[in-house]
Amino acid sequence: MSNQASVLDNLEEVRAMIRRHKFNDYVFSIIGLIALMIGLLTLLTLFVDLVMDGYPRFTFEFLSEYPSRRAAHAGLLSAWIGSLLVMVVTFLSAVPMGVAAGLYLEEYAPKNWFSDLIEINVTNLAGVPSIVYGLLALGLFVYILDLGQSILTAGLTLGLLILPVVIVATREAVRGIPVAIREAAYAVGATKWQVVLHHVLHYSFGGILTGVIIGMARALGETAPLITIGALTFIAFLPPSPITDTPPFLNFEWLSSGFTVMPIQMFNWLSRPDHAFHMNAAATGALIIVVTLLMNGTAIWLRYRIRKNIKW
Amino acid sequence: MQSKFVQSMGLAAVVASLFAIPTAHAAEKIVKIDGSSTVYPITEAVAEEFQKAKKGAIKVTVGISGTGGGFKKFCRGETDISEASRPILKKEMDACKEAGIQYIELPVAYDALTVVVNPKNDWIKSMTVEELNKMWAPAAQGSIKTWKQVNATWPDKPLKLFGPGADSGTFDYFTEAVVGKAKSSRGDFTASEDDNVLVQGVASDIGGLGYFGFAYYDENREKLRAVPIVAKTGAPAVSPSAETVMNGTYQPLSRPLFIYVNATAGAFKPEVKEFINFYLANAAALTKEVKYVPLPSSEYAAVVEHWKSLKPGTGFGGVPEVGVKIPELLSRIK
Repeated sequence: MSNQASVLDNLEEVRAMIRRHKFNDYVFSIIGLIALMIGLLTLLTLFVDLVMDGYPRFTFEFLSEYPSRRAAHAGLLSAWIGSLLVMVVTFLSAVPMGVAAGLYLEEYAPKNWFSDLIEINVTNLAGVPSIVYGLLALGLFVYILDLGQSILTAGLTLGLLILPVVIVATREAVRGIPVAIREAAYAVGATKWQVVLHHVLHYSFGGILTGVIIGMARALGETAPLITIGALTFIAFLPPSPITDTPPFLNFEWLSSGFTVMPIQMFNWLSRPDHAFHMNAAATGALIIVVTLLMNGTAIWLRYRIRKNIKW
Repeated sequence: MQSKFVQSMGLAAVVASLFAIPTAHAAEKIVKIDGSSTVYPITEAVAEEFQKAKKGAIKVTVGISGTGGGFKKFCRGETDISEASRPILKKEMDACKEAGIQYIELPVAYDALTVVVNPKNDWIKSMTVEELNKMWAPAAQGSIKTWKQVNATWPDKPLKLFGPGADSGTFDYFTEAVVGKAKSSRGDFTASEDDNVLVQGVASDIGGLGYFGFAYYDENREKLRAVPIVAKTGAPAVSPSAETVMNGTYQPLSRPLFIYVNATAGAFKPEVKEFINFYLANAAALTKEVKYVPLPSSEYAAVVEHWKSLKPGTGFGGVPEVGVKIPELLSRIK
């Protein structure tokens, strides 16, 4: 009898313990949910507020007009084209360099104190305030290399800024590929470069792309480094077209053109006394958020698509 | 092998052209302007109209690096025109001189620095410059904390001060006019480069007091009250407005706004001349439209005359000076 009672007691204790643990579980999930909601709701409130303030400006004219002293006619044309062209240069400079650096560090570099040092530096670079990149770019690109206050300078600056993001993303993606794949390739006589090109790069493509797009989304919203290198505010003409109707059909003059970008235009409108301009600023802010979300969404979608097609 | 070689050569050529072309600037007609964000709305309006009138034959770009930042670029020869909400300072004159840059100083409009309080503030009818000095002087730091300490007839309520940051030309001018020395101010006030932040600050604090350009007050009349200023004891209190600025009675807080034109031989481009001609001819109308105070027409005439004479230099000698009449200022430049 007594034996049975003690087992029952014990059972009660175990049940109490399980209840306690389940309660802890529950509490944590609530805390986690609250934490998530604080972030999401803040963003959502901000976005709804921007849309409500700026919706009268969501017109075709807002995208097809130059800046103006009349808020209702002031548009984003030079700013969104400027943002787009700067992003093209950023992409072309950061992606090949970042992917190559990431691949080298993961696949080729010997593991010693020197590569450890580089690794620490790359990780730290990702946390350097963007204004520092602006100052670096002002000295290096604008004055030493004499590239001027141009789209090329801006693109290279933002390229430097997102380079650590691309490197880190590449390394993470490459690390996720099983060693067996590499060994199998070596076993049939592939060289290192063939392994990297045909297998490593191929399978890590989705992860690298995600890192690149997230980096680009960050670059899109940057203002400080571009103001430092001398981005303009009023610019009522477009850079020369990159595509021409005479051979060789490509024109690089746009690289040396002055520019403005969307966040700078937003900043300028926000600091104006006239409230009508604040509406333009809100519309620009909403637009930047939409583009950023679209970019991040594309990143997630592409990663999903590419992962699905990989069969090991 | 052959095709790989050709490919890589092609790639090298593309990369090389990418870097080679930007240095070969096209012979485009561009007028480059940078400087004060206070003057920006006027220049933006002029630039907009000018480009329309020229149908894009001459391009104009305007940046907002601030008065000081603008002069830095100007004295390195990077811009054709620098906007300024205060006259050029000694060290900027030296920098320009060292680089061999000659400039023409042109006043283009007036602005009234406006002292504002919360609309619920019922004890302030007017304020003397001396009282402002007592609030803002460096000696007030940490000691003047209530309205009563400034004037015994005012209530014992906390005094919250709002003003532009130390990089702003507005800050330079206000301290010169009120404290007597540019950049000399107490440091324990809420400073922001964004005047809308100052507007919000004063509008939400019954004991708040701030100063900024007239346009920011004008757009927020329902949230703020402008304080009439007594220049000297016994003088009448004067409210800031276009009239009182133009007739010279709003003193000492009305200030001229300037543009400086690079007139160095060789760098003085015909398109810049054309732009300035257009600027001066349209300044009166466009200034009013963007809610600044235009110069009286007699003063514009004097400025145009000065511009035609192409006399380089400044009428200030490197120190901001309060209350100088524009014709007198221009006559100083020999």
